[in-house]
Amino acid sequence: MRFRWSWLQTGIGPWPIENALMETTTFTSQLLQYLITGLTIGSIYSMVAIGFNIIYNVTEIINFAQGEFVMLGGLVMVTLHTVAGLNLLIAFPLAVGLVTLIGVLLDRLAIRPIRNPSVLTLIIATIAASILIKGAAMLIWGKNPHDLPAFSGRDPISFFGAVIQPQYLWVFGFLVLIVVILTLFFDKTIAGKAMSACADNPHAASLVGINVNRMILLSFILSAAIGATAGIIITPISLMEFDRGAMLAVKGFAAAILGGLGSFPGAVAGGLILGLIESLGAGLISSGYKDAFALLILLALLFFRPSGLLGNAQVSRIKRF
Amino acid sequence: MRVDKFSLCATVVLIGALILAGPAAAIKIRAVFSVTGPASFLGDPEKKTAEMLVEQINAAGGINGEKIELIVYDTEGDATKTNLAVRKLITRDKVCAIIGPTRSGSSLAVVPLIEKYKIPQLSCAANYKIVHNEKTGKPYKWIFKTPQSDGLAVEAIYAHMQKRGISKIALLSVTSGFGAGGRQELLRLASQYGLTIVADEKYGPKDTDMTAQLTKIKGTAAQAIVNWSIGPVQVTVLRNWRDLGMRGVPFYQSHGFGSRKNIELAAGAAEGVFCPLGAMNVAEKLPAGHPQKQVTMQYLKDYKAKYNEPLSSFGGHAWDAIHMLVQAIQTAGCNKEKIRDNLEQITGFVGQHGVFNMSENDHNGLTKDAFQMVVVANGDWALAD
Repeated sequence: MRFRWSWLQTGIGPWPIENALMETTTFTSQLLQYLITGLTIGSIYSMVAIGFNIIYNVTEIINFAQGEFVMLGGLVMVTLHTVAGLNLLIAFPLAVGLVTLIGVLLDRLAIRPIRNPSVLTLIIATIAASILIKGAAMLIWGKNPHDLPAFSGRDPISFFGAVIQPQYLWVFGFLVLIVVILTLFFDKTIAGKAMSACADNPHAASLVGINVNRMILLSFILSAAIGATAGIIITPISLMEFDRGAMLAVKGFAAAILGGLGSFPGAVAGGLILGLIESLGAGLISSGYKDAFALLILLALLFFRPSGLLGNAQVSRIKRF
Repeated sequence: MRVDKFSLCATVVLIGALILAGPAAAIKIRAVFSVTGPASFLGDPEKKTAEMLVEQINAAGGINGEKIELIVYDTEGDATKTNLAVRKLITRDKVCAIIGPTRSGSSLAVVPLIEKYKIPQLSCAANYKIVHNEKTGKPYKWIFKTPQSDGLAVEAIYAHMQKRGISKIALLSVTSGFGAGGRQELLRLASQYGLTIVADEKYGPKDTDMTAQLTKIKGTAAQAIVNWSIGPVQVTVLRNWRDLGMRGVPFYQSHGFGSRKNIELAAGAAEGVFCPLGAMNVAEKLPAGHPQKQVTMQYLKDYKAKYNEPLSSFGGHAWDAIHMLVQAIQTAGCNKEKIRDNLEQITGFVGQHGVFNMSENDHNGLTKDAFQMVVVANGDWALAD
């Protein structure tokens, strides 16, 4: 609706025809630019949301340290790639590996030792962990933002009047890669199926011989690895500093809720939609209220579909949280 | 049980003795800076500068033989924590004067407290409302501030635009206290310089991309962009500006851009960007006859020697605050009323960010000449013409 309105408006203005035509092309390219930017930001939200979902599915807890994984991914990569001078191809998996190790430690040191855990205690443990990680990151990397060189240069690509940073393509590419790998993992491997079983019913899963504790560990490993990947690929676009994690966690959490907590395609859709709303809202309506639009749509959706866009109402009724 | 009671008594006596035996004649100054938290890049150099200066002054014998005792409280950039810290240091520490806080929001939050307890304060935050009581139209009695007000930075930018024949501009601002304050001044002063605002865009302090806002500006007739923000977003926005091929539209940053680190982080995108800065940022570039040449070069040398890191514009605000306070204490001692009066009478004080002339109606003491228009050239600041 909005598009047609502005389109017509430029047509009836006092300008000559060519001018009006030019105006419309700039508007289409503007719109295209909003879409591209929205999808890029949305891809990052999606990755954070996927991380939330994997841990939520197996443990029913919201891991508030999820944003910290993203931040760590970016900053560890800065140290390995820029400071230590390691090649991108070596530094990338190494950085993901190190952050994954922190994910393992989080499970072993903060989650598992809690006796008679209630969901709430576990969530509080993840909040404590996020504060600890953030503080440690501040001491290690300092308070200034850090930069990474873009993976394939910074020369923007022109696309029908819109501009694409090469790094945007890496962001899209990694989202697709993560989706493909996770789909294969959950559908084709025993471990993946066992994890899905834990997600459906942990008690029944342990009855048929699935080691639920190991599945929880695996969920932390996956989440940390995906978070770290998101952090590494976003740093060349937006820089990274020690306290960036919280904002990304909030946005990722909103995306997970929007898509339906626990739903894997929901997380991808939720993130992309959130990114698009922000970008289109900022461009077409008002940039000051872009976060408010996202929240309004989230609230409206939860009003009509409490289980989220692609969430399953019956499943969410069984969950304790 | 007896032993426990005994050791308890002993501890109490010991602590009491320690308190009494503490440095008897010291001038108590407290600073509240956001050393950690989102504005840590402001508070950290302020803390380092304040500590360095107090060390220097004490090494040289203190003020009239009395040593300065400085303790820096960390506000974490949080207005509530600032309020608690200030309350504590007024009621418990019984200070002579307060330096800081760092952020405008925090500083505004303690205005009623300072006025109630009548403590001289030298704020290191930018917003002009810190020293401007809107009800009376005069400055608050006990509050002074060293950073140039946002309005002066805006005037410096607008004057430069006017000189270059720019008439239509786009605004970009971050939705924090700093951004909102700057935006207000940008809107208020535009007409005085014959400027029309054709876009007024905002973004969040932790946003990852501002391409959408800039794309919108690209579709307008803006001849220049003014951006008002601090932190990583002011670098990201520059990169987006470059990537969108908008170099033809001159980009003006606020004085919040005043750190070489930002030029470095922009990875080439900062070339040609204008920005109003206090003299200390371009100390090496100042002509030899400039009134601030000597003090700024000295600070640069000392800071680099002690901390081995690039100088930040914000440390300079602490430098100005400490030195003016010391000057006021010279004749006033710890008499708060007298410190305040002395501060108000400071004229011709050559500081890092300008030559200060305080008065009853001006508790900032600077004009728009406290800003040099600077342009980024070859990865460094250069004086703009």
